[in-house]
Amino acid sequence: MNEHEHHIDLHFIEVSKNTIFGFWVYLMTDAILFATLFATYAVLHDNTFGGPSARELFSLPHALGETIVLLASSLTCALAMVAVSKSDKTKTIGWYGATFLLGVCFLAMVGTEFARLIASGNGWDRNAFLTAYFTLIGTHALHIVFGLLFMIVFLWEVFRRGLVPVTIRRLTCLKLFWFFSYFIWIFMFAIVYLIGAS
Amino acid sequence: MIDTTALFGRLTLDAFKHDMIETAVGVSALLIGIAIMGLLTYYKKWRWLWYDWLTSVDHKKIGVMYLIVSTIMLFKGVVEALMMRAQQVLSVGDSYGYLSSPHFQQLFTAHGTNMIFFVAMGLTFALINFLVPLQIGARDVAFPFLNSLSFWLFAAGAALLVISMNIGAFSAAGWVAYPPLSGIEYSPGVGIDYWIWSVQISGAGTLLSGVNFLVTILNMRCPGMTLMKMPLFIWSILIVLVLIIFAFPILTATAGMLSLDRFFGTHFFTPDAGGSPMMYVNLIWAWGHPEVYILIMPAFGIFSEIVPVFSEKRIFGYVSMVWAMAAIAFFSFLVWLHHFFTMGAGANVNAFFAFMTMIIAVPTGVKMFNWLFTMLRGKIHFTSPMLWFMGFVVIFTIGGMDGVLMAVAPVDFQVHNSLFLIAHFHSVIIGGVVFGLFSGFTYWWPKIFGFKLNEKLGEYAAFCWIFGFLLAFIPLYILGLMGATRRLDHYELSTGWRPLFIVAFAGAFVIAIGIFFQLLQILISFRDRKKNADRTGDPWNGRTLEWSTSSPPPFYNFAVIPEVHERDAFWAMKHGSHGEGKPCYEQIHMPKNTAIGVYIGAFSFLLGFAAVWQILWLAIVGFIGIMASLIVRLSDRSTDTYVAVEEIEKIEEERGRA
Amino acid sequence: MSTKTKFIILLLIFCSVAAAAFIFMSVTDIAVLNPKGMIGEKQRDLLWLATVLMLIVVIPVFLLVFGIGWKYRAENAKAKHTPDWDHSLLAECVWWGVPCAIIVVLGWFTWKGCHELDPFRPIAAKKEMKIQAVALQWKWLFIYPEQEIATVNYIRFPQETSIHFEITSDAPMNSFWIPELGGQIYAMSGMRSELYLIANGIGKYRGSSANISGKGFASMYFTAESTSDEDFEEWVQSVKSSPTTLGLNEYKRLVEPSEYHPAAFYVLGKEGLFDWIIMKYMVPMP
Repeated sequence: MNEHEHHIDLHFIEVSKNTIFGFWVYLMTDAILFATLFATYAVLHDNTFGGPSARELFSLPHALGETIVLLASSLTCALAMVAVSKSDKTKTIGWYGATFLLGVCFLAMVGTEFARLIASGNGWDRNAFLTAYFTLIGTHALHIVFGLLFMIVFLWEVFRRGLVPVTIRRLTCLKLFWFFSYFIWIFMFAIVYLIGAS
Repeated sequence: MIDTTALFGRLTLDAFKHDMIETAVGVSALLIGIAIMGLLTYYKKWRWLWYDWLTSVDHKKIGVMYLIVSTIMLFKGVVEALMMRAQQVLSVGDSYGYLSSPHFQQLFTAHGTNMIFFVAMGLTFALINFLVPLQIGARDVAFPFLNSLSFWLFAAGAALLVISMNIGAFSAAGWVAYPPLSGIEYSPGVGIDYWIWSVQISGAGTLLSGVNFLVTILNMRCPGMTLMKMPLFIWSILIVLVLIIFAFPILTATAGMLSLDRFFGTHFFTPDAGGSPMMYVNLIWAWGHPEVYILIMPAFGIFSEIVPVFSEKRIFGYVSMVWAMAAIAFFSFLVWLHHFFTMGAGANVNAFFAFMTMIIAVPTGVKMFNWLFTMLRGKIHFTSPMLWFMGFVVIFTIGGMDGVLMAVAPVDFQVHNSLFLIAHFHSVIIGGVVFGLFSGFTYWWPKIFGFKLNEKLGEYAAFCWIFGFLLAFIPLYILGLMGATRRLDHYELSTGWRPLFIVAFAGAFVIAIGIFFQLLQILISFRDRKKNADRTGDPWNGRTLEWSTSSPPPFYNFAVIPEVHERDAFWAMKHGSHGEGKPCYEQIHMPKNTAIGVYIGAFSFLLGFAAVWQILWLAIVGFIGIMASLIVRLSDRSTDTYVAVEEIEKIEEERGRA
Repeated sequence: MSTKTKFIILLLIFCSVAAAAFIFMSVTDIAVLNPKGMIGEKQRDLLWLATVLMLIVVIPVFLLVFGIGWKYRAENAKAKHTPDWDHSLLAECVWWGVPCAIIVVLGWFTWKGCHELDPFRPIAAKKEMKIQAVALQWKWLFIYPEQEIATVNYIRFPQETSIHFEITSDAPMNSFWIPELGGQIYAMSGMRSELYLIANGIGKYRGSSANISGKGFASMYFTAESTSDEDFEEWVQSVKSSPTTLGLNEYKRLVEPSEYHPAAFYVLGKEGLFDWIIMKYMVPMP
């Protein structure tokens, strides 16, 4: 390769290092955001103002189902990244497509739970406990929504331009984001459902 | 009555009705804006403004833009202060002054919010932006587009604050907006929402900058510059960035929760239905305390650069200084409760946080002594940057001392929320942050703009600020001890407070004279810029890498990335072996300017405005606009360019001739 | 401007302001420094102790900055110039160690003080009395449960008696503060704060809220008066013969926002009014 291309390569590697590192730092800030919401939930989870408690309201099987769906989506995401490393465009789109569907499934399950609670008069405006619950789970769901949105954007890039280095870098960030979201969910499952509802 | 809520949300014609003062200020601002646009049109400078400045991703230009916005906000903040001082002289006994209570309460809320978020943070980020890449021998920050975006988010937040004065009203609940007062029940208007969105949007910008500069400092230092060879200013910024990364998400979450309480009927901080206003107080100060260390540490870094240069001596105790800053940062996360000792947490909890707070005084004192010992056996030149430093030593130390006094919780019971507290934090913020920034801007001005500032006027300004500050705030210490609480728009004559308020107003006036001298200084220096031009790039006999470039530096900063072997890298270069022969230039990779940051800033402003006034369609437009802009940016394949060797040679040769 | 002129200006500024401040403070009765009650006195003593301990560090800083600054000014060719001297283990030990020691001492007194002056801790006194304070918008309601009276923006109590304040709010967060007697504590709705104060003698004191609670915040001040036992009893009797009663209806009227409410005196019409005000926020009310 000529000198110019060599420069582009070196520069690209430097930028990628910075981007991945920067994305990790951003994920850390997101973790602190969630930590704040967790702390709030911990303080407010007993403040039912006379209403029903976590044990009475939450369905552990349902939450377990959500966890399995999200776990499966992390699996398909990992498989998609394997396809990326093998420069397999079709499999990348395929596995990420599956991840997308599982993500939508997860959102649907969260949605039905929310709808059920609201319909039974246990919306976020009933008491501090429900406020904290809806916000915690809801903020995570919002993260999944954004993840799905960017999944579409990046998969479109893969479809149009193939697995070029810039796109691979972006898919890497997406993978980090997706795993991070799952990691946060584990905490929610443990703290809100396992501890709270049993 | 036509129902306008679908189109305009809560916004009605009433929102535009204001008292004479607000209307006059709004109209003046509008006229000045129109005048500026007229000048731009007359001199045909719109293209220059847009292509050279607004869409720039050059950290140096972004730094100057931060400087301009923050300076405007500084004027606003000082006018607010003068107005409040005047009210508190006039509003005694039977007279209620010239400001209504709601207006006065908006003034101190806006004053605090403005000064902290848009003046102190803004000026600090101006300096961070300009200096960090230069001092570490880099060509730009890690993410230049993100840098531009951060600035435009900052500007959008500032715009929301400014516009609240004439469309609706700003918050009247204090700059930290405690519920229940800031909840929807007691503050049903738009003020709190303006505060929330102004803070959220600019806070997002700050967070992105935190990530950006952290990666820059950690990954992009020039070869040979290990962490312990970095200038102390860079160390102070590195530590500040860690604080930002840990603290600002807390603000985002907390202001978000307050917003949910106000808009969706949630019960985070409501006094009933199980909500906990005390939780808000804890959360906001868990952010708020690191925030004040985010403010002061760059000032520490600035003085660590200035004192050695003007004492012709190396900084004393470099390693100790680094550890002291790290200790301050670490402990800053363990003291937040001292902002509400009086909330009744109990003796052991209060005692713990009291002790933690006192501990921070130790590394801070260490730094003070290290600066003094830098001066010891030096050759000190008392230029205006050093005058600001002298003012800092006295005033910041007083402020630090009474900070420790208040850390003794039972003592705090008697001075909490009194004017003693106000005097304390103004002592450390003005004596520390503001004096540090003034000192720094005077010192780095020639590097940024290519000419030195008029020294005499700078000295007059420093003396006015020092004298004015003491005159304005020593009376406040005494008033606090006399039982005067903060945020009062009226008091009885029998309190005996009035004489002190009169002296305080005189002090504020002297500060205003100081600012007048600074304005004059800028104007006269600009007029004399050819006479005072910095042709060498090193007007102060500096020690760090930024002084090795021309003034101002070329857009690529360094034609050849420097290689560094010790601390005070430029000093070593000057006094080491000279002339390594003709430098070997390679083509330089530079990012291209882009308008996406401007667009996202604009859409964020619309989103914030729509959120305040509950205009759903506009909020959707804002949100889609932001996402669309991001996606357009992501799809852009040509975001950088290469500078050819010939162009570099030409620029460097021109510099050599100058 | 010569360096000498600059130093003279700086020293003039600092000394004149300091002198003016000291003169003013010595001729003025400053509430926190000259309190009229035991709690305030103990807090003031802690304040002086902390100040003296801090001065051990602060005075050297002031002396050093001017002393070093003057001696090593560039014009002074006689002063030694060692441009590369940048560390001293001894100096570091001193300025890390001495402040640490000071903090340990101050910390010990602080810990003791936190316990001794805990607002929730009763005062050992010959007599004790209870007053319940409710922050409203924008006035203070005081309930005397034992005497079955209530007042607005005025309280009277006997001297040398421990006053057990129970404090809450039916308004945004406020703070209950009588600086001449002692420190403050927050008044929060749905919560019960406590504060014990005692007046050493007879006097009239200004109390106020210290946390902003809305438009009329500036009118959240009240008068507290300590009198002899007889004067107090007389006053209670005169209030008890007041024509106005504070029942729930009158309370609901009081809760309505109003500023600069004049002092008012009631017979207490509803028993347990204070507890009722707190419970409003704790459980759903019918």
